[in-house]
Amino acid sequence: MAKLTKEPDQKQPAHRVGLHTEQLVGRTQQIFFSAEEEENYFYPDSLTVDFAKRAEFDAAEMDSRQINLTIRQLMGEGHGTIVVHNPLAKHSLGVGILGRLQLHFEGSLGYFGCGLIDGPNIHIKGRVGWSCAENMLAGTVVIEKNAGSSFGAALRGGDLVCRGDVGGRTGIDMKGGTIIIGGRTGAFSGFMMQRGRLIVLGNAGKNLGDSMYDGIIYVGGRIESLGIDAVPAEMTELDVDWLNRKLKTYGLEAPKGAENLQKIVAGKRLWNYDNLEPAEKKIVL
Amino acid sequence: MCGIAGIIHRGKKVNIGGEMTAMLQSMKHRGPDSSGYAVYGSPSAGQLVMRFKVAEQEDLPRGLEIHDQIKRRRAEVDSRIQSLGGQIIAAEEATEYAFRYRIHYEGDLRRLADHIEDVDGTEILSIGHALELIKDLGDANRVCQQYKLNQFVGTHAIGHVRMATESDVDICSAHPFWAYPFKDIALVHNGQLTNYWGKRRDLERRGHRFMSNCDSELIAVYLADRLNGGYSLEEAMTASVEELDGVFTYLVATSDSLGMAKDVMAAKPMVLYEGNDCIALASEEVAIRSIFPDEIETLDPYDGEVRVWRN
Repeated sequence: MAKLTKEPDQKQPAHRVGLHTEQLVGRTQQIFFSAEEEENYFYPDSLTVDFAKRAEFDAAEMDSRQINLTIRQLMGEGHGTIVVHNPLAKHSLGVGILGRLQLHFEGSLGYFGCGLIDGPNIHIKGRVGWSCAENMLAGTVVIEKNAGSSFGAALRGGDLVCRGDVGGRTGIDMKGGTIIIGGRTGAFSGFMMQRGRLIVLGNAGKNLGDSMYDGIIYVGGRIESLGIDAVPAEMTELDVDWLNRKLKTYGLEAPKGAENLQKIVAGKRLWNYDNLEPAEKKIVL
Repeated sequence: MCGIAGIIHRGKKVNIGGEMTAMLQSMKHRGPDSSGYAVYGSPSAGQLVMRFKVAEQEDLPRGLEIHDQIKRRRAEVDSRIQSLGGQIIAAEEATEYAFRYRIHYEGDLRRLADHIEDVDGTEILSIGHALELIKDLGDANRVCQQYKLNQFVGTHAIGHVRMATESDVDICSAHPFWAYPFKDIALVHNGQLTNYWGKRRDLERRGHRFMSNCDSELIAVYLADRLNGGYSLEEAMTASVEELDGVFTYLVATSDSLGMAKDVMAAKPMVLYEGNDCIALASEEVAIRSIFPDEIETLDPYDGEVRVWRN
């Protein structure tokens, strides 16, 4: 039986770098499964693959559905490394992959690429359109060129990396994981983010971190303006260590060193909620 | 939803009608109701090209009387052009209800346009030296075939596929819109204006006419008003980003330019490819890939961005 609640440990590094300093212990903090219960980490229809088994196919004449079905069929045959040629910016490619896979797109993706994935490592040689890796749970997605708006919207976990520039609303509503941008990001990046880290090595557009609840944004370049309740914070050694390790993983460097990135967190002046659920609040009132 | 596309070639003429058809057809899923083109061909000295319609496609199945009405309306248009001192050099029937005239006219363009549009059921789609504006119901392939656009040679074009949301499915609500009564200026838009009625009343008081209830028409009229006030195209577009409220991305074309403007929220998509000899923009990259299948560098323009390219 899974534990229903877990007492947060104040000494956890995540607390010390400012990811979530407030102590919530109400029903919102319930944990519905534990690491001890192995079966919780497997989806009923996930596929077992062998990374050494490689397959390639040309997607030029296929529609999005055919491409995704082909990837799934190849995974079903045990292929753990799949290369897709000529994706030609088609939409919704590489979505809903719930397991380990090395997936390579030798070109650009359109909108909603790599959404709702849990586990694969995806490499995209070209550019991605709007809403790449939306609701991603785990794994890595690395884009070699630019990305469109709403990059990593509602990200839950994993690493999402774009080596070029991205559009606006990057990491909107993100709830975990890490987004790394090698270049510039547009307006309203980090809007309403709740957890996770957003690293921007270039400039950031206006209203950065607007109405963010929690999480951290690091910026290497100029910030056009901060959004409501987004405030600068001091870098700690833990921040710098973590940034250096994370950026090194993807062969990236902060332009003036990780220690000189600007750190933005929630001012928490807009926090007007407590540990009580609406029903409990009614009882109190 | 709607989809928009634009392309401009520098220093050369190509089959611009065919290119725009490929771009629009690849975005058919963004709007199957109507498709429209503003294509810029070879200007002839001293001649204007006028595209106009005297009925809607949907009028035709409504009885036999409409066929006689179309003939009467067209004859009245001919008569009014001649009475204002214009000369019809060539008249082509693109469809039963839509026409392409080459005319010689040196008078006040607004007076000519007002007199022609005074004829019942008549709307001028465009007047210009290079501009030809074509729009009709159906997808891009259908409109292209209907109006023989696949061999249209020119330097640049903008186009639109429409999913009707707040106004009718008819030709007068379809895009592009001509910036009446300015020669060679056309516009396509994706988005929604939230201060439409207030701005429309302002512009109507300043003497501008509206042929539809489509908010996109307002941007064309707004730009016409600013150009009339002495603004450059870029200045007019920059002012529009400040003054028009809502979420929008629009493309505007003139006889030698292609422009793009994005609202301050950047809430509507646009992908840009900026090559040395060609610039292409579209709501979706898949449209650009339909004419550039090889790997190219593309990007999203940012919030409040205004760009103009010349051929």
